Amino acid sequence: MLGEVGHVALILALMLSFIGMTLPHVAANRGDERIMRYTDRITLGVFFMVATSFAALTIGFLISDFSLRVVAANSHSLKPLLYKITGVWGNHEGSVLFWALNLSIFGAAVVALGQNLPIRFRSRVLAVQMLIIFGFILFMLLTSNPFDRLNPAPFEGNGLNPLLQDPGLAFHPPMLYLGYVGLSVAFSFAIAALLEREVTPQWARWVRPWTLAAWVFLTGGLALGSWWAYYELGWGGWWFWDPTENAAFMPWLVATALLHSAIVVEKRDALRSWTILLAIVAFSFSLLGTFIVRSGIVTSVHAFATDPARGIFILVFLALVVGGSLLLFALRAPEMKGGGLFKVVSREGALILNNVLLSVYAAVVLIGTLYPLLNEALTGTQISVGPPAFNFFTIVLMSPLIVAVGFGPLMAWKRGQIGRVTKWLLPALSVAIIVMVATYWSSIGGVLLTAFGVGLGGWLLVAVLIEVHRKLKIGTGSRRSLGYRLKAVKRSEWGMTLAHGGLAVMIFGIVISEAGTSETIAAMKVGDEVRVGAYDFEMTKVEPYVGPNFTAVQARFNVREDGELIAELTPQNRLYHDPIMPTTEASIHPLISGDLYATVGEAAINDRWRVRLYFKPFISGIWLGTFMMVIGGLISLSDRRLRIGTVQQPQKVAG
Amino acid sequence: MKRFLPLVLFSAMVIVFAAMLLDGDRNPAEINSVFIGQPAPAFDLKGLRSQDGRLSQTHLADGQVKIVNFFASWCVPCRAEHPALMALAERSDIQVYGIAYKDAERDSRAFLSELGDPFDKIGVDLNGRVGIEWGVTGVPETFIVDGAGVIRYRHLGPIIGDSLESRLLPELKNITRANHETQSGKKD
Repeated sequence: MLGEVGHVALILALMLSFIGMTLPHVAANRGDERIMRYTDRITLGVFFMVATSFAALTIGFLISDFSLRVVAANSHSLKPLLYKITGVWGNHEGSVLFWALNLSIFGAAVVALGQNLPIRFRSRVLAVQMLIIFGFILFMLLTSNPFDRLNPAPFEGNGLNPLLQDPGLAFHPPMLYLGYVGLSVAFSFAIAALLEREVTPQWARWVRPWTLAAWVFLTGGLALGSWWAYYELGWGGWWFWDPTENAAFMPWLVATALLHSAIVVEKRDALRSWTILLAIVAFSFSLLGTFIVRSGIVTSVHAFATDPARGIFILVFLALVVGGSLLLFALRAPEMKGGGLFKVVSREGALILNNVLLSVYAAVVLIGTLYPLLNEALTGTQISVGPPAFNFFTIVLMSPLIVAVGFGPLMAWKRGQIGRVTKWLLPALSVAIIVMVATYWSSIGGVLLTAFGVGLGGWLLVAVLIEVHRKLKIGTGSRRSLGYRLKAVKRSEWGMTLAHGGLAVMIFGIVISEAGTSETIAAMKVGDEVRVGAYDFEMTKVEPYVGPNFTAVQARFNVREDGELIAELTPQNRLYHDPIMPTTEASIHPLISGDLYATVGEAAINDRWRVRLYFKPFISGIWLGTFMMVIGGLISLSDRRLRIGTVQQPQKVAG
Repeated sequence: MKRFLPLVLFSAMVIVFAAMLLDGDRNPAEINSVFIGQPAPAFDLKGLRSQDGRLSQTHLADGQVKIVNFFASWCVPCRAEHPALMALAERSDIQVYGIAYKDAERDSRAFLSELGDPFDKIGVDLNGRVGIEWGVTGVPETFIVDGAGVIRYRHLGPIIGDSLESRLLPELKNITRANHETQSGKKD
């Protein structure tokens, strides 16, 4: 019964979205406003149907309805409640439905928050959104129906991959999906603007909050994902340049570029066609990521069960949507000659540099991800592009960007004075040099690259502080109170400051933890003590441990610094029952100076256990930095000038 | 014509993807195995049945081509592929070895007595160690090993549908032929 409700709702949503993706264009061509107004209701109707369908599947998971194939294959009646819920999107079919749900939520959000958009424009935006939803629902119904029934229904389900039974994993995919899908709104706005021939500063103003929201979700999703990898996979690493990670990273890079270029369109009416292209490309990367993960064209730890039919469907869909929009872009490009003139040395110039570097970087990541495929297609041999290549390009391309991030916010629009700004930034430069030299001489790494990285972080952090200092006009003899000056700074500017500061903190986290990690791999028995960095790890006990749906071997370590007990670590080596699968649970104790990290592996001979012990200095800076970026994005989003409903006619808000 | 550049680049990418997807011989899981062409990793397992004795890599290198199947009673796809294994077992020219992957012996025995036992020899890999060494990503998984104990082919997932006829048997034929040639070469 449940399955039927969900299935029928999905079919209704398909039909409704078909109307929604065609009717508004017909109405717009005829100039029939009455019909255009129906688009809102159709969008809400699609949202209602998809939500019903999603609710049906969720209930199916909650009550363990094993007559649904997806539930039987991915759930288990004994699974904790949280993972029954997260199991809904922890599988291929459910995650596609979740995508569709998010698409329809964003569509409904455009209806709810975009009532000030001109009706013609809004109905075009919604029509594009409906087209994407239509594609996803058709994909489900043809190749991956979440409501496939099993007859007879099995008595028990197969369980969920235990690696997925973790809060970090439960929430990072939905965050990423929200980010991917948020970019669909920027995409729809871009297509609507091309169709309506209205690429204006006003357009950029409309599209910015949506892009920012998507960017916040993507940033949060990537951060949670790498955090999950850090403590659940037990390898001590947090980023592996895995194709699936890259698939999420590329849209983030392009979205970051888009955020910055949309500012130029809004403020200076320049970079119009480039910004439109970025909006198209950002969402295309989201779709491409989906294709890469689900077609089985590359192998990855994240890959879903693969099926050639799915790959072909997504590829055709990708070709039509992205190919069609790039064609439209090419046809309309000549009409989008930008307005504002500016010198190379200016805020605009800095933002363009940002865009060039981020785009080239995204292209490099794309090539690195696809190169093995291309090589295989041409020569038939298999190679892989490893982290060293990616890291090399990251350093080469991102170092100048970080230098530029220091300059950008201090530059004037139209024509900046590099000499003057450099003078302002002299403290940052001196700090960078001092830190660099100090790092080089100290014991942290002694490697030139480490010193350089720490110097870059120091540069950016001080440059951000200088920018705040200037923004607040401290020491300029301004007679206004500091409180007044604090209020005068717009929230979006605080958001920027915080995000840039977060970038600096993240650089510290990456560079210091990469260079300064102490690692010991040993076979230890109870009573043994091993020194890792400045810390002594003593194995005090190895005991069995029983969890709700797993059993584990748990090791206990007392960690001492200068003889003083500072932490107890309890890593586990778990064996889940349904399905049978071993996982490593790292035990992490954060100190201010860094993380103590321990994992326990299999039993070795003579009562010894294989263990990995680490001290990772300042690694939490990576997540602290990304957290600052997310908060910065949210603060910026709360800026009333950007608030989605109040963009079109600010005077109404005032009155 | 700069404005057409994104479209052109994208089209080229789609063509490459399409070529790869439509290339029926390409199985992304296969190319990933670094074990193909390598001698089977060393192992030494307890046998499941009384007649099995122990099972180790030396048993694989006795000159005969063998199929090595990782299975488990708890794995539903294993049930699905079981008829294919039974069909292979009927043939006298092929030996089929089984490795019970992370499966209690009692359960494995019950599984085989319920569905039939296609295996010439069965090893018990209770902690999954051998599975890890062989790079098994999930059960069922099937390998073809030549007479010298070298892994020649890997089949991921259950042998169902036409995969027995269209993949496994042709591979088996080629490997057996190549094996005959090297074996007779040795005798000369």
